[in-house]
Amino acid sequence: MSLKVPTMAEMMAQGETPDVLFWVGCSGSFDDRAKKITKAVVKILNHCQVKFAVLGTEESCTGDPAKRAGNEFTFQMQAMMNIQVLNGYEVKRIVTACPHCFNTLKNEYPELGGNYEVIHHTQLIQDLINTGKLKLEGNQTFKGKKITFHDPCYLGRANDVYEAPRALIEKLDAELVEMKRCKTNGLCCGAGGAQMFKEAEKGNKEVNIERTEDALAVYPSIIATGCPFCNTMMTDGIKNFDKEQEIKVLDVAELIANAAEL
Amino acid sequence: MIAHLIFVILLITSFGLFGYNVWKVRYNILLGQDTNRTDNRSERWKTMFLVAFGQKKMFTRPIPALLHLAIYAAFVITQIELIEIIADGISGSHRFFHHSLGAFYTFMISFIEILSVAAFIATVAFLWRRNMLKLPRLSMQELKGWPMKDANLILIMEIILICFIFMMNGADEVAQQLKSNNGYGFTISQFVGPMLFGKINSLETLHIIEQIGWWGHVIMVFTFMNYLPYSKHFHIFLAFPNTYYSNLEKKGKFSNMESVTNEVKLMLDPNADPYAAPDPNAAPTRFGAKDVTDLTWKNLLDAYTCTECGRCTSSCPANLTGKKLSPRKIMMDTRDRLTEVGENCRKHGKDYSDGKSLLGDYITEEEIWACTSCNACVQECPVNIDPLSIIVDLRRFLVMEESKIPTELTGMLTNIENNGAPWQFSPSDRLNWANEE
Repeated sequence: MSLKVPTMAEMMAQGETPDVLFWVGCSGSFDDRAKKITKAVVKILNHCQVKFAVLGTEESCTGDPAKRAGNEFTFQMQAMMNIQVLNGYEVKRIVTACPHCFNTLKNEYPELGGNYEVIHHTQLIQDLINTGKLKLEGNQTFKGKKITFHDPCYLGRANDVYEAPRALIEKLDAELVEMKRCKTNGLCCGAGGAQMFKEAEKGNKEVNIERTEDALAVYPSIIATGCPFCNTMMTDGIKNFDKEQEIKVLDVAELIANAAEL
Repeated sequence: MIAHLIFVILLITSFGLFGYNVWKVRYNILLGQDTNRTDNRSERWKTMFLVAFGQKKMFTRPIPALLHLAIYAAFVITQIELIEIIADGISGSHRFFHHSLGAFYTFMISFIEILSVAAFIATVAFLWRRNMLKLPRLSMQELKGWPMKDANLILIMEIILICFIFMMNGADEVAQQLKSNNGYGFTISQFVGPMLFGKINSLETLHIIEQIGWWGHVIMVFTFMNYLPYSKHFHIFLAFPNTYYSNLEKKGKFSNMESVTNEVKLMLDPNADPYAAPDPNAAPTRFGAKDVTDLTWKNLLDAYTCTECGRCTSSCPANLTGKKLSPRKIMMDTRDRLTEVGENCRKHGKDYSDGKSLLGDYITEEEIWACTSCNACVQECPVNIDPLSIIVDLRRFLVMEESKIPTELTGMLTNIENNGAPWQFSPSDRLNWANEE
């Protein structure tokens, strides 16, 4: 099934307005692993006939890594340019699969003139299920599987979203197991605060190894997460323990798309 | 008569000295930059009530929470007995409220005594945890020296305070039993009194012991009070304003730098005159923070509120994996530096510079760059201290004023500026995923 990915420009040309803008983010656009998450989200949106659009080549980095790295200039330049584009298209509602984009768009753009209702993809999918647009009844894909959810810091502690991703996992007829450190106490994957783009400072361990040990301790068959960066870090962690055959690291959107056989 | 005079002089001196030290702390805190924390009052009162008064966040770790609650409750309720002690000291009366309150008085003092026993047990448990069990978060590198002594000194002072109370009440109880065969009936001291002083038959000796207890307690209270502003233990007062002025925004929201917004707007405005002279009245601004005076007053209030419990550090992913960063040390360094800067300001005027700064002399770049901005430290703090905002402001100074930044990050920033993504991909390829299999 080919994906239908209309851009804002195309929609505008046809005189149409989408209900929601899908903000793909740099990771979701360029990283090979994260692109699969992006496609899973689009499959769900297509299947549920959500009227959405992407910015395509008009999208640019939100500026999050620049701001966390202390470069407010680069951040604000990015933010102002993005806001011009978003306001130009009169965007009201944004969904994104990246908690870093989510946090920046939702919390840091308003003071610079960008006011939107911003939701994480797990929240949108939860809404689609609750309103009956997406049905998962009778699916056996994950029956009896142990799934643990790793809370992305910028979704959980930073924005208090803990329940939406868990509610989705619970729809899968799988067993949701919590790590010792979860929800408000969740341990970082090690990528935040621009660490993704630099070597870690000197220490005796990598943060993602420490976090992977938390996950291994509950013997999951799947580590679910809701952030492309967490996904990378946890995947690397699993490889480090030679467990990539037994344990998969998947985004919640991928779990749902698989369960719905999309 | 002389005793009254000594008491009144002690009372005035210690309250005066305490007032002066509190003024100094306030002066130091107000050296910080302005930030608005007066909005949404009802939410602020609620936060203070739950987090400071109700100790909501303490209970994520139940054992220390219960021990701490015992000391906290005893401390709060003992203030009632302190009112009587002051009234007795000034008027020369003995147990000022005893006659007017009757049975309620016995209940009140008994209640205080029960809580004091609980506090005694908790204090011993805390000393044991700190010095015998050597819990990791209570025996880390940054606590070596003065901070460790400070912590033990407070616990020992608390034990002495409690001992004097029981010395006073116990001797008084025995004396009362001798006089009337019927003591006060205070729950604890009616047993502890006879145990300790039961063999003494002289009312005079018992009176002296009671007086030693009374004076000992009074002197310890005054000492403790004046020790507080120099100690991490000042959190017993500052926890309240600090939670009132909490950050009520989402934790992920970093502050917006308005000084930068103005510059960026100028850059993006095609009609702006690039050669326009800057406003001569505008105060010179520094991007980010190099020293404590560049931080906000809330950051500085945070530093004085920190009681060095180390919950932040014990949950910090950087610290857990052996990196140098410890959020607690960030707060301790900020306070130490602020005390120094405040002294300098009062001695030599506000423009004086001692050539030192928070960044460099206290906090190293390595610590700052180890942070993942995960907010675990902010989440953990039982009194809503925010070490992350200090770390971010120090990074801002390093990057925007000094151009000191890990090389890989320079690459990431260049990529964002040139092609709108942190990696080297062409912006025109951004939608390629939609057509890939």
